[in-house]
Formats: sequence, C-alpha cells, structure tokens
Amino acid sequence: MSVTQHAEPAVTAPPAPGPKETDGRTAQRPLALRLLARPEVGVFLGAVAVYVFFLVSAPPVRDGSSMANVLYQSSTIGIMALPVALLMVGGEFDLSSGVAVITSALTASMLAYQLSMNVWMGVLLALLVSLAIGFLNGWLVVKTGLPSFLITLGSFLILQGVNLAVTKLVTGNVATDDISDMDGFDQAKKVFASSFEVGGVQVKITIVYWLVFAALATWVLLRTKYGNWIFAVGGNKESARAVGVPVTFTKISLFMLVGFGAWFVGMHNLFSFNTVQSGEGVGQELIYISAAVIGGCLLTGGAGSAIGPVFGAFMFGMVQQGIVYAGWNPDWFKAFLGVMLLGAVLINLWVSRTATRR
Amino acid sequence: MTSNETGAPVVELKAAGKSYGNIRALHGVNLTVHAGKVTCVLGDNGAGKSTLIKIISGLHQHTEGEFLVDGGAVRFSTPREALDKGIATVYQDLAVVPLMPVWRNFFLGSETTKGPWPLRRLDIEGMKKTADRELREMGIVLDDLEQPIGTLSGGQRQCVAIARAVYFGARVLILDEPTAALGVKQSGVVLKYIAAARDRGLGVIFITHNPHHAYMVGDHFSVLRLGTMELNASRDEVSLEELTNHMAGGSELAALKHELSQVRGVDVEELPEAGDLVAPVASGE
Ligand SMILES: Nc1ncnc2c1ncn2[C@@H]1O[C@H](COP(=O)(O)OP(=O)(O)OP(=O)(O)O)[C@@H](O)[C@H]1O
Ligand SMILES: [Mg+2]
Repeated sequence: MSVTQHAEPAVTAPPAPGPKETDGRTAQRPLALRLLARPEVGVFLGAVAVYVFFLVSAPPVRDGSSMANVLYQSSTIGIMALPVALLMVGGEFDLSSGVAVITSALTASMLAYQLSMNVWMGVLLALLVSLAIGFLNGWLVVKTGLPSFLITLGSFLILQGVNLAVTKLVTGNVATDDISDMDGFDQAKKVFASSFEVGGVQVKITIVYWLVFAALATWVLLRTKYGNWIFAVGGNKESARAVGVPVTFTKISLFMLVGFGAWFVGMHNLFSFNTVQSGEGVGQELIYISAAVIGGCLLTGGAGSAIGPVFGAFMFGMVQQGIVYAGWNPDWFKAFLGVMLLGAVLINLWVSRTATRR
Repeated sequence: MTSNETGAPVVELKAAGKSYGNIRALHGVNLTVHAGKVTCVLGDNGAGKSTLIKIISGLHQHTEGEFLVDGGAVRFSTPREALDKGIATVYQDLAVVPLMPVWRNFFLGSETTKGPWPLRRLDIEGMKKTADRELREMGIVLDDLEQPIGTLSGGQRQCVAIARAVYFGARVLILDEPTAALGVKQSGVVLKYIAAARDRGLGVIFITHNPHHAYMVGDHFSVLRLGTMELNASRDEVSLEELTNHMAGGSELAALKHELSQVRGVDVEELPEAGDLVAPVASGE
C-alpha cells in the first residue's frame, strides 16, 4: 500500500488545510453528559448503587472476607462474561457456553480418572475439546449463515444431553469420581483454584485471573487489529469483508475464545470441588449474556467493551452473595437479576437518548 | 482494441460473466484497464455495473469467461486478495461500519501497527493524522475523527470511502458511482482525484450514470445494457452526444419517441432520432 501524493494543488481548493481547523458546527456537550453516554459508566454507577444497597441492608457485607466472597462469585461469572461479551460485540451469541463449562470439566475429570492419566493430560485434552466445540459452533455459523442463536441452541441441547448421558455411561452416576488423589491434582489446583492471603483475608486466585483477562481483553479490543475486526464484523459483516477484514477467522476465533473461557472456568470448578455434577451449567449462559448486556454490549453487535461486563458480573456476584448475607431467601436471586437487567437496559436507553441527542 | 492503449493491460476481462443462481447478471463482457488510463462503465440501473466491479474487487467470482491480472488468470476468493494486488474499490454502498469512528473505518482491514509482536498495537496517532490529512485534501473537515461514521452525511461518508480507496489503491482504483451523492464542488474534487490517480499511473475504473462526468476524465467507455456490452469504444471513437444517447436508452428512446408522439402534450423535439445513434460525430472535446 503506497502513500499517495497529489501533484498539483487543487484549483477548487479544499478549505485551507490547517491542522487545528474544525468546521465549528459541533458544540461540545458537557463532560458529565458525554461520560454518561458511555454504557460502561452507566453500569459502573449501577454496580456502586447495588454495592451501597447491600452495604446498608446487609451489615455482614462490610466484612473484608465477605467482600472477597462477593468478588470470587463475581469472578466465576466474569471470566466467562468476557469472551461472551467479545463474541456479542462481534455480532454473535453462544447459548452453549454454560453447559460447555461442564463439558470441559467432565472431559478432564473422566479422561484422567478412567485412563489413570496425570490430571494435566486430562486438562490438556479438555482444552482441545473446548476449542473444538467453539470452532464447530463458529464454523457452522459462518458457513451456513444461520443465526448463531439457532446453531448454539442446538449445541446447547447436544452438550446438555451428552454431559448427562456420557457421565451416566462412564461412571454409572450423575457425578464424576473424586480425582483429588491423582497425579498432578495438587499442582493443577494451585493453578486453577488456589487462594492467597491479603491482610488476613483469603482471596481466590480466580479474582486475579478475572481482572488480568479483563485488562487483556480491553487492550485487544481497543488497541489491536483483531479488536478492530471484532467491532467491524459485529457492526457490518459485509462491509468488513469488502475492505479486507478476515470475517471468517474473526468470528470462528471468537467462538473458540468462548471455548477457552469455558475450559478455564471448567478447570476451576473441577479443581475446587474435585468432582463434577453433570447436570449443572444450564441457565448459566443467560447469566453471562446478561452480564455482557448490562455491561453495555450491544445485543445486535458492533459496540461494547470489556470493562462494562466486569461491572456487570460484579453486580451479579454482589446480589448473589448479598442476598445470602442479608438473610433473605436465595430464590430471590433470579428475580433480582431480571430487575437489574431490565433496569440497566432501560436506563441505558434513556441515557443514550438524552445524552447523545444532537 | 484501440490505438491509444499501449502496453499490457493491468486488469482484463475476457467474455466474462456472472450468474446469481439462475439470474444471469452479466454475460460476455470484455474490459481492459491500462495503467494511466480511465475506463468508464456506464449503464442503466440493474445493467450489471456493480456486478462487474465486484468480480474485479474479489467480492464475487465470475462464473464464465476469464479474468486476468497482469496477464495471468486469477479468481479472487476474498477482497483481501484484490487489495494485496493493489486493487482498491469504492463500493456503491460504501462499505463502512456505521458505529465505528471515522479513522477506524478509514484504516479498517489495512490497519497500521507499531511495536514488537507481543506488544504490537495500532498506531492510533499515525492513523488519525493520515486520515485527517487525506480527508482535508478531499475538502472534508471533521471536528472529531472519533465520531461514528454513521453520524456523517451521506456525501461526507462517500468522501471518506473515496479518500480511503485513493489512499490504499496502489495500482487500480475502482469507483462505483462515486459522485452519485455528492454536491457540485465535491464531484469536482472526485473528478480531479480520478485525473490525479490516472496521472500517477493508476488504472481507474469509473462507474457512473453521468456521461458528462465520464467524458471529462474517461479514456475508454463501455456501456452495459441488461448484462451485456452495448458499446465499447475509446474516446476518439465516440462523442459526448453519442455517449449521452447510448446512456439515455438510445434506440429504445427513439422508439419511445415515436410512441409518445401519438400522445398529446409530450414534447419530443429534444429526444434523439434513431439515426442519430449510428452516425458518430468525432467531437474534438
Ligand atoms: N447478490 C445478488 N443476488 C441475485 N441477484 C443479484 C445480486 N446482485 C445483483 N443482482 C442482480 O444482477 C443485476 C445487476 O445488478 P447490479 O447491481 O450489477 O446493477 P448496477 O448496474 O450496478 O445497477 P445500479 O445502477 O442500480 O447500481 C440486477 O438485475 C440485480 O437484481
Ligand atoms: Mg450498482
């Protein structure tokens, strides 16, 4: 690509080019309004509100260890919400992400146990399986052009059934055998499910992973070619293709990224509980998607961030634990989620209408 | 084909055609694009002009005939391959992503980066500066390159798409109705760009409905009708008048004139006679 130079200065000269010149028709909107128009700021304020609410109504939340618990809960949602959010920005959904977590954990656990391998072999094979599931989802979506909602609804049902049936077939039970005394377990537990102490409070390592992944995702989204392509394929796939963006690669790799997230959370589940319940994970995909939407990712693709879903996941973790600390019936959790989702969506809509009014 | 086209063509279509399922959008089209020449493609709505350039830009593949670049047969499976050969296109629908900032749209698919691999990142400052400079040269001054391109006017968006193709088109520049949404001044700027690109030695394919615009910069004219080539002539073989007549529907118009003359109140004096179309007037520009 060569930089083009234009020989003679045009006669119908463009308005004298000066670097500071503007067309002067745009009045700067007040900073506060411009900030509010950003969905990440909205969800941040929402997270603060939820936090303050439970600080007031559930006194045990004020404790440091409670906070560590809330953050832990948030991190297990948040780690998955990140790739789900990137995928949403890229214009697609993955309804199989919740059960895929369990599939990954089951794969690692059962392969290691049945073949008496070092658990790391199981971990590695689970990674391959998870990436393959992501690849298949993405490949089918790209090649058929069908909505990812349909394709991944299919894989959701398939995985849900396979999880239950294969586990029953292999172990004769609904859960896998305890692998905590196998080779490599302690080491793997250190990596995926350990905790460390900060000022007398036990902090789970997933919180660190969560924040590191979020920082990484933000950087990728805003500062790399790949990030540019994610926005482009979600915003207008045809245009992106026409100007040379590798649409197929971008979409499939995003699905594989969700696969990676499912593997990571699956490994955390496996090494913190030693066994896996094969029927779990159903409904989690909607929690991840909600966290991404509350975090300001556009359901139709093309807009969003990685930091928004971090606050979205925090809101969910806060409510989930806050209800327990407040001594309420935990059954209220889902109702709370629904209210927050609707509230966030409505507030975002209202804010973006008022703040971006031109 | 003609005397004033020397050297091997950069892009050449030989009896090329394209069917969308059972719709034959293009059939038996011959087109040559030489370095430093402007080839104009004219035709009615639905004549197949966009289909023609989509083959060359790699968005679609031809289903019959041959497509040669630098004398070798090619079949692009993605627009990236065309871009890598230095063929850049301004699409009729502009191919922009409305929610993305202007500068990101400008460099989309051809982003520049800096830094070593693990830390390789977008050269945001450099890209913004370049985009701003190129847009100003088009006469487009924007307050904020961060604003989503969807908030620009249609004409401004068109200018961004043109500036982008001019910047990235190293050897062949394709413009699909670039002046359709533009005001007089911006149209002038676009025509000047086409002339400037030609003078730099680029081959230009200029698609337009406007024979006046075409005649101002064109070296060669092809008129498409219902997917086939109706006229294929170099500048010294065709006059502006003739071109206009071909464009206006030529022989059909003459027939229409006859019909209309039966109807009261329709002034047919200005419409061409069928005879006007076969007598080329060698106009000296
Ligand atoms: N993707 C497609 N699928 C099926 N038919 C198509 C497709 N694209 C174009 N066509 C058909 O091919 C024919 C030529 O279309 P094309 O877009 O090339 O016309 P055009 O000359 O660019 O017209 P305009 O001046 O309106 O831009 C039309 O009849 C159109 O309906
Ligand atoms: Mg067209």
